Amino acid sequence: MALLEIRNVSRRFGELQAVDDVSLSIEAGEFFTLVGPSGCGKTTLLRLIAGFDQPDTGELLLDAQRLAGIPPEKRPVHTVFQSYALFPHMTVAQNVAFPLQMAGKSQNEISSRLKEALELVHLANKARQFPRELSGGQRQRVALARALINKPRLLLLDEPLAALDAKLREQITGELIALQREVGITFVFVTHSQQEALAVSHRIAVMNNGRIEQVGAPEQIYGYPRNRFVADFIGTINLLPVEVRAAGQDGLRLFAAGLGEIIGTPVVGPSTGEHGAFAVRPEQLRIVTAGDLTELDNHFHGRVRDHLYLGDVTVYKIALENGVVLEAMLTNAVPGRARFLERGAPVAVGWQRDAGVYLRD
Amino acid sequence: MARPRQSLWLWAAALAVYAFLYLPLAVVVIFSFNDSLLNAEWVGFTTRWYGTLFDDTEMLNAAANSLFIAITAASVATVLGTMAGIAMQRWRAGVLRGLPFLVLTPVAMPEILLGVSLLLFFRQVLDLTLGLISILIAHITFSIGFVAIIVRVRLAGMDESIFEAARDLGASPWQTFRRVTLPLILPGILAGFLMSFTLSIDDFVITVFVAGVGVTTLPLQIYSMIKVAVSPEVNAVSTLLMALTLTLIALASKLAPDTLQGRA
Repeated sequence: MALLEIRNVSRRFGELQAVDDVSLSIEAGEFFTLVGPSGCGKTTLLRLIAGFDQPDTGELLLDAQRLAGIPPEKRPVHTVFQSYALFPHMTVAQNVAFPLQMAGKSQNEISSRLKEALELVHLANKARQFPRELSGGQRQRVALARALINKPRLLLLDEPLAALDAKLREQITGELIALQREVGITFVFVTHSQQEALAVSHRIAVMNNGRIEQVGAPEQIYGYPRNRFVADFIGTINLLPVEVRAAGQDGLRLFAAGLGEIIGTPVVGPSTGEHGAFAVRPEQLRIVTAGDLTELDNHFHGRVRDHLYLGDVTVYKIALENGVVLEAMLTNAVPGRARFLERGAPVAVGWQRDAGVYLRD
Repeated sequence: MARPRQSLWLWAAALAVYAFLYLPLAVVVIFSFNDSLLNAEWVGFTTRWYGTLFDDTEMLNAAANSLFIAITAASVATVLGTMAGIAMQRWRAGVLRGLPFLVLTPVAMPEILLGVSLLLFFRQVLDLTLGLISILIAHITFSIGFVAIIVRVRLAGMDESIFEAARDLGASPWQTFRRVTLPLILPGILAGFLMSFTLSIDDFVITVFVAGVGVTTLPLQIYSMIKVAVSPEVNAVSTLLMALTLTLIALASKLAPDTLQGRA
């Protein structure tokens, strides 16, 4: 039995179906991430788990116990809020000790666990300071220590990194992963950033319009997106409009108008004649200026239309013969050079059959 | 070049306004120390009018009434107004969202209207004998709104997720109020109490309608005395009242800016 079972949960606010028939199982010890664009229902789902809101239909079970009717303070679930929600009139130590006091722990236990918790987030020397005297990253760590100190069964994190600058975000992302491993508490993390989701999670659920589009390990979500939304939301991906020619055990044969045949890996489901898209990641493409890459299953001709220098890599936009523009990414292995292909240069683009996926319309 | 001239005008205007506001008050204060029965010319310095004041049992009675009414009315209004302020902040959506704002109407209503309507209500509807109780109810009525506004402003400046955080971390609704909400809005509550106290101790218009015959407050007593003549004793009691009121207002505004800026 999973630690948290979400069964057919729906929540509507007036016209808006915020959460639409969501079912999920979250296992003990998991770092689970809900990712999606703003307004996709991920925060509403988090509030349902925390107990700030009740589902219209469906039920939530924690440790096989129904959560309906249990107020937030009685749930072994603690939250790290986006704004951190530190109590401004209490010191760091008083903030962090708050859950233990509410739980009626003895003064001895409180002081020893407080020390432990502050050391865990490297804030032992800030115990007597007030939240307004701390930096954003320090406040974030106080919020983490406060939410972890009473050892909840489940820790909810609502976009905890959104208010931090990019460099700090990267650092704290690393700290979060280490922290979760150390305390062994199940984390449910909400973010709109697909990068954060891919970096921290054991499993990811991609949400859109209140529904779960796909659940899986980061590399599954990234490598085998189940539909156009997931493919598009997680990372960048090239979509080639295609028609299915043949779908069988021996291979998936697709046809792209003006381009010719594309060969994919066998997929069960698509039937001959249906329309969809072939999706392939920019870093999966190979580009050469001479020759035509006949050793690859799929190879086409095109011209370089544009490039975008990103430092570590350069993204080239390649216009194919049928007008479709593909993005290809090449690592900049030679220092001091921004690009290896000039605008307008004729190139060949190719990829192996298992480099991309076919997505039904 | 325009600058010094402009600031000269500004100074003159400011001076005129302050003179207009405070000269009459200064006259009262000065004549309360004048050694003459007439408010006409300066004769010499004395504090004997303050002495007479403390021998005047009617005056002492009125002062005791006023203090009792002000403290009681301000206390009750503070509790009710705080609840109203919290309600206004919390229920900003839904069908009942307008309801808490009804406590604000007495703030905006002309005093004379409130006085008349309270009088009618007490006599015609409740058939209450006018006196201490009716004055108390009237003072509570017009004070609640002020407390509610101050508390609401204080709450509006705060991150609402801290109240959810308290619940989330194991505090019951009551513990959340005691440990988080109350300490944070306390300056607003105190400012509201002081405002209510000053409003109550000064009030004349509404009190005159609802006081009846048995009970006199300080403003009513002063008014009945100046119907005969403006005696130096009136000056003295007015000076004391002024000192008390100004002190409380100063205290309240020391707490109130906190209401407007004090967020973490």
